[in-house]
Formats: sequence, structure tokens, C-alpha cells
Amino acid sequence: MKAKKDDWVRIHSILMQGGQRAPQVPEDTAEVPYESWNKGFLVDDEAEPGSEVTIETSTGRRVSGTLVEINPAYKHSFGSCIPEIFHIDRKLKSIMKEIWR
Amino acid sequence: MNSEYTALMSRKNEIMKKAIAIDYSGFSRGKVAFDYEAMMREVGYSLDEIRLIQSESGVGNTPLYELRNVTKLARHYSSEGRGARIFIKDEASNPSGSFKARRAATAVYHAKKLGYRGVIAATSGNYGAAVASQAAMRGLDCIIVQECYDSNGRGQPEIIEKARKCEAYGAEVVQLTVGPELFFVFLKLLDETGYFNASLYTPFGIAGVETLGYELNQQMLEKTGRPADAVVITNAGGGNLTGTARGLLKAGADSTKVIGASVNLKGLHMASDRQFNLKSFTTGHTGFGIPFATLPDRSDVPRSAGRPLRYMDRYVTVNQGEVFYMTEVLAQLEGLERGPAGSISLAAAFAIAKEMGQDETIVVQETEYTGAGKHIQPQISFARENGIEVGIGNPADEVPGKSIILPEDPSMISAVDLDLDKLRKSLIHNCVKELDSDQIRALESVDIEYMALETKTSADYVRRCLSEISCGN
Repeated sequence: MKAKKDDWVRIHSILMQGGQRAPQVPEDTAEVPYESWNKGFLVDDEAEPGSEVTIETSTGRRVSGTLVEINPAYKHSFGSCIPEIFHIDRKLKSIMKEIWR
Repeated sequence: MNSEYTALMSRKNEIMKKAIAIDYSGFSRGKVAFDYEAMMREVGYSLDEIRLIQSESGVGNTPLYELRNVTKLARHYSSEGRGARIFIKDEASNPSGSFKARRAATAVYHAKKLGYRGVIAATSGNYGAAVASQAAMRGLDCIIVQECYDSNGRGQPEIIEKARKCEAYGAEVVQLTVGPELFFVFLKLLDETGYFNASLYTPFGIAGVETLGYELNQQMLEKTGRPADAVVITNAGGGNLTGTARGLLKAGADSTKVIGASVNLKGLHMASDRQFNLKSFTTGHTGFGIPFATLPDRSDVPRSAGRPLRYMDRYVTVNQGEVFYMTEVLAQLEGLERGPAGSISLAAAFAIAKEMGQDETIVVQETEYTGAGKHIQPQISFARENGIEVGIGNPADEVPGKSIILPEDPSMISAVDLDLDKLRKSLIHNCVKELDSDQIRALESVDIEYMALETKTSADYVRRCLSEISCGN
């Protein structure tokens, strides 16, 4: 799917390559690039995911980067079931029954 | 080393000064001292001014609830006559869902008053949403800079939720991978936009929290006829504790014990890419709490207004499993479903209440909002996906970064004391670390008095500590 001008998109950039990181970072962090993501309206007339584009952010800034998502959605959720929580709840109920008695 | 990074960092002071409009150098005294109270007085606002600013934007006057069932539960595990009454200040009722609205309200008001077009804050926490919400109310642009992902693009669900909330208030959110270079991005944005640095650590930010301590005391007087015996405050960067404690003192509650609480994340490096997603708390933990307490001036302003060791009577840690557990207890026993990070002080208060008399009171000073991502279920779920062992057992056996242990029984919840003496000595050591033995011996009373205030000790204590340091040098 191609993105058109004024589509709401997400872009990605590498700000520093691995090996060029700030001197104080631990070893594992020093090896990996420093990356950023921004969202905004596409300024280019048309673009494919993976191409270099410019966006206008909600404060009106123009930012360039690689197009990674068109109409980016929020995908965070309540996660998977954590059965331990229901065990805690059952135990708490039984303790409280004893206390209230 | 990246040349753009080096060039920008060398202009740090100039950019900062423009973005915050405070000349901190005027408060310096002696060799290491600075006049903290003068800074708070001259740059900040009075308590009455802040109450007015906050009431304009719907901030503050949050309810204080007595947690009657949690108190009963604590008494069930206490010895005869023990088990203080536990109260909670429901800060989730603020416009953006946390006490951070108090800090943001003053910062954004100040930015508007000085004529800035927008505000920028560097935060992965609730403060971002607070600044975004206040900026929306006052018609300012807002950019929030977040440390959000590891190098595999995996983000903490809690931080991703906060990004959503910032965007819901119209803010631009810049998301970054792990690393202290966030400060470089932050500086670059300040330089590019000319926006105000809505730092968490300005005098007006911290003064914004004073109303919390003040209100809390008023409410305790109404409910119990006297000030609280203890208030437990989650400690990370130090501003929450500092502001609340100052508010309590301004209300005349000088008998109230101020207890700091942080989640124990011992052994995890905060700037490590690999360890970033092995923790379940992105703030309120020892990884911020201890370094900021012993060296407050490590933030995004030259002099932090958050200086917790000036006010702390006791500092305890609790484990991640205990905090998750108490978050569930709050929902199940009190009908208050709130976010986990707000329950750090609740877990500590539950343990400490058991040591106190039944006629005494202890206040949990905050709650925070909850929702997708920012809830015990997704946070434990995420931990499990990252290889953390999750189980029910004794939380004392929890190893940060390896396991989360939910207590088998509420009796197992304990608050572990940190050695305040050690932290105080560390602060004094940090104050004089640029000086040689002769310079340390030549320090004058203005510096000694300053370090005594910084550590809530005496001039004698500081002199003893300094002589240990200069002998050791």
C-alpha cells in the first residue's frame, strides 16, 4: 500500500550508528544504533513504505525519515491472562471472609 | 563519536539558559554551596499563587480515602495493638491521571507567562501526559521525548500507553531507543523550536507538588483531628518527596514522618539496551531513586529543586511482586482500580503500618490512572514474554531482571530499610569530589551548613564526614 500526501504516518530514523554512541553508555548499548520514531502527516505526494519521506508533526515541525507505517495503530493491550492474579484474588477473598466474620 | 553530538553538547548551557530563563549562577555560595531557599523563593511561586494556578486548570483538591479493608488486612498480620490506619490520596483524579499534573500546571503556566509558544519535556512517565494536558488547556504546543524501545523495537507497554495519552492531548511524541543520548535529542529540539524546557526539576515544578502535602495535611486534620504520623512517598527523581514534604512543613505538620519508597531494581543498569525490558517499573525505582538522592544535580537543569535527602526521615524499598500484589489488593478490597506505579508507596505503607500503633495514621501519598499497557496484567504479561519468571512465593526471593514473585500471603510484604547514613555520606562525598584534601579542610561554614541542610544532619555530622573523606584522600 502506498501512502499519499496528508496521510497520517510513522517514520523511523537512525540518529547514531552503533560504535558512535555517547561515551558513558554500557557496552551492549554502545554496539547498537540510536533510533527514533515520529508521527505526522506525509508531506511528499506519494511514498512506499521503506522510502525516505518528510512529515509534518502535530507541532508543525518537518521531520524526515524512513516511512514505516501508514495509519499507525495503538496495539498495546491488557496482555495475556495472568492466572496467578486470580489465585491471589481467591486467597484474598478467603482471608477477608475470616476477618469480617 | 558523532560530531553533531559533540557540537551540540558544547552549547548545552547556552541552549538551556534560553529554554528555562533562570540564571542559576546567582544562587551559588562558597565553594560548593548554593542558596536553595533563595532559589525556591525568587524563581518559584508562593503556595497561594500555586493553588490559584492549579485551580484554574482543574488540578489538585483530590480526595483522601481511608483504606478500611486494607487496614483490617494489615492488622490481621500485626501483633496486638498494632496496625496503623491507612489512608490514600487519590491523585489519579487529577486531569491527566497522576500527581504530575501539579508539576506540569506550574511549569506550563510559567512558560505561557514568559511568552513561549510551546513546551518540551523529556519523560517516559506520567509527567508527559501531564504536560501535554496542561499545554492543551493553555493553548501551547507540546513535544514529549520518550525513551521507549530496546534495539529490537520492543517497547514497555506502560511507556507506549503514555505515548498514546500524550497524543490524545495533542502533543507530538518523539520515541527513542535506550540511552542517555535522549538529552542530545532534547537539546536539539529546544534549540530548533525555542520552546520552554518544562523540566521536572525547576523550582516552580517542585513548588507545584507542595499543594499535595498541604492538602493532605488539611484533609487529615478534618478526618482524624491531627496531622498524619507518617506519609509514604514514592521516590525516583526526588521531586515528589521534596514537594510533598515542603507542603507538609508549610502546613505546620512538622511531626509527620516523611518516608521515601522505591521499587528495588538492584543490579539492573538503567542505560543497558539488554536490561531495559527486564524491569517492570519504568520509574519509582532505586535505579533513579538512589543516584538522584545522592547527587540531585544530574537532571536537565543545573540545580535541581528536588532534593529528597533534605526531608527524608526513612527510605525503604519494596519488590516488584509486592507492588503488583498491593495494586490488586487496592482493586479487590477497596474498589479502586489504579496503576501499579502508584502502588509503590502503598506496598511500603502496608508493611510499615504493621509496626505502628492502631491509634496512629499513615498516608499513601498518591495513586495513578490505569488502562491498557499500564496495568498489572499487561506488565506481568510483558515480563513473562521477556523471560522473567513469574510466580507466587516469597517476594524476598525476587531477583530484579530474573523473577517477579507475588506474595503467597500478605504477611510476606515487607519494607526493607536503606541505610540513610550511607546515602547522606555519599551526597557529601559528591559535593566535594572535585576538591583536594587541603581544599576540603579549608571549607567555610557556608559550605558546611549547606551540606548539613542537604542531608538533614548537623554541621558536626558534616565535619566528621569530611574529615573521614580528607583522611581517605
